[in-house]
Amino acid sequence: MALEKIWVLVDRTGDKVATASLELLTKARELATTVEGFTWGDASTLAEEAGRYGAGVLHTVGDLAGGLPGPAVAAAAAARIGAGEVPDAVFIPQSYNGRDVAGRLSARIDRPVLTNIVNLAASDGSLVTEHAIFGGTEILNARFTAEPPGIYVIRAKSFAAEPGSGGAAALDTWQIPDLGATGAARVLSSHVEETEGPKLDEAAVVVSGGRGLGDADSYRLIEELAKLLKGAPGASRAIVDAGWVPYSHQVGQTGKTVKPTVYIAAGISGATQHMVGMKSSKNIIAINKDQEAPIFSIADLGVVGDVKKVLPQLIEALKARS
Amino acid sequence: MRAMNVVVCVKQIPDPSGTMKLDPTSHNLVREGKLIMDDSDSYGVEMGLQLAEQAGGGEVTLVSMAPGSETSGLRTALAMGAAKAILVSDPALAGSDALGTAKVLAAAIKRANPDLILAATESTDGYTGTLPVQIAELLGLPAVTFSKKVTVSADKVVVERQTEEGYDEVEVPLPALVTVTAGVVEPRYPSFKGIMAAKNKPVEELKVSDLGIDASQVGAAGARQEVVSVSPAEERKAGEIVVDDGEAYQQVIAFLERLKVI
Repeated sequence: MALEKIWVLVDRTGDKVATASLELLTKARELATTVEGFTWGDASTLAEEAGRYGAGVLHTVGDLAGGLPGPAVAAAAAARIGAGEVPDAVFIPQSYNGRDVAGRLSARIDRPVLTNIVNLAASDGSLVTEHAIFGGTEILNARFTAEPPGIYVIRAKSFAAEPGSGGAAALDTWQIPDLGATGAARVLSSHVEETEGPKLDEAAVVVSGGRGLGDADSYRLIEELAKLLKGAPGASRAIVDAGWVPYSHQVGQTGKTVKPTVYIAAGISGATQHMVGMKSSKNIIAINKDQEAPIFSIADLGVVGDVKKVLPQLIEALKARS
Repeated sequence: MRAMNVVVCVKQIPDPSGTMKLDPTSHNLVREGKLIMDDSDSYGVEMGLQLAEQAGGGEVTLVSMAPGSETSGLRTALAMGAAKAILVSDPALAGSDALGTAKVLAAAIKRANPDLILAATESTDGYTGTLPVQIAELLGLPAVTFSKKVTVSADKVVVERQTEEGYDEVEVPLPALVTVTAGVVEPRYPSFKGIMAAKNKPVEELKVSDLGIDASQVGAAGARQEVVSVSPAEERKAGEIVVDDGEAYQQVIAFLERLKVI
């Protein structure tokens, strides 16, 4: 084994371990002798799954009393490290809460972070990270020269999540130190936005729209086509920035990474920022007016045409079949 | 209502529509030619201006770190209506990582003593995405990230924070740091009057030593990480390209059939 001990932030989706954390547990199991998870809230519902994917122990800071996870989890982890319990590496999924934990932990223990990691390899007892830069056209490898622990923030879908043979993780409680003002934010209410069909980052088919749609109203073509294909609608950063659709739809470097069986890019030119989030899709169909659009360089099927003509035709043809 | 003094973190970056490249020796992003304000920051600037206007008092101060005393991106935000700027520019900062940058910006922000600090969720060129939270931790402040709506009432802000399933309504007492997602507000275009006025707005330029920061904490040495190698990625090959003659949709259908998606 390359490393002695890795801590993995066990991010949660309700009462279950978030898929991104299962991916990191799987990878950590391959790299280190000891893998421990750390989380917040009631960990009893997470222990079995975390254990099966590799965590021997699952530490929790317990109930947050309405606070956000970032400050409490980071402060508790920093306190353990300060007390001499130093892992070789801390793996954190690049999620909303994961980034909060990583940033605060980094500042607390004065260690750098490496983010947007898409692969990890052991080399001479240390970890070498892989980052896809410039829209995935170049691969950059890096490593920490700082004292451990290195803080590794890893993009979703970088590794496959595969269960091992471990039993439930042993539960342990981490005390939360006094957070002062850093812990002052309170969650007043949580709202679930009902979306029909599969989630964007889990769908087998993703249909994304970009500025080529011309106007916000035309995004309904994307939604309709996605629905007919039992897929999820996505978006380029340009139309999210323009306020046509919410940020949660964004595919790309600053949004979600998707790897569906089929990705349909409609009216998307293929800015590097978008390509990095979708170029690992198994099949890519691009529809764009501009024959020179970079998206065609990675498309398995490219249609040079107006999305406002082609999408309605596709929708009609699919409706006629059903 | 009380006056609302807002600091907005602004990054000045090479035009992202141009070609980005790494210096072959230092592996730092090459920043030559004119820098512009990162588009992602225009939302924070607009939000800051709106909140100060709603409060009926207070102003927006920009805080930025850039090489070569660069102010062209700051002038854009000043033209939108920000009152002044603090710029940290020092050769010692070359190669700084997110934590080093956070130390510098946190020290600069402290001088402005704001009620609220706004930042983008991440920059367009480096996109580390941890800097704002690192700043909050260094300043001992609460933070709410990924905000898609921000409202101020008395001495607190209420934020709609993006989550995997939807959003959380989060309340945070001031002073606090909030990161805003793109599209959260419609950034105004600078008026001609604004552009002219921006030329005379104060930009305070500071060195690392002015902030009481040890130079070993920042720059390439402070980053404590190194690039091992940079190599071209395996290229994905282009497939079939068809020009739509009114019937191209049938090829899309056939393609989906072959994949057994339909």
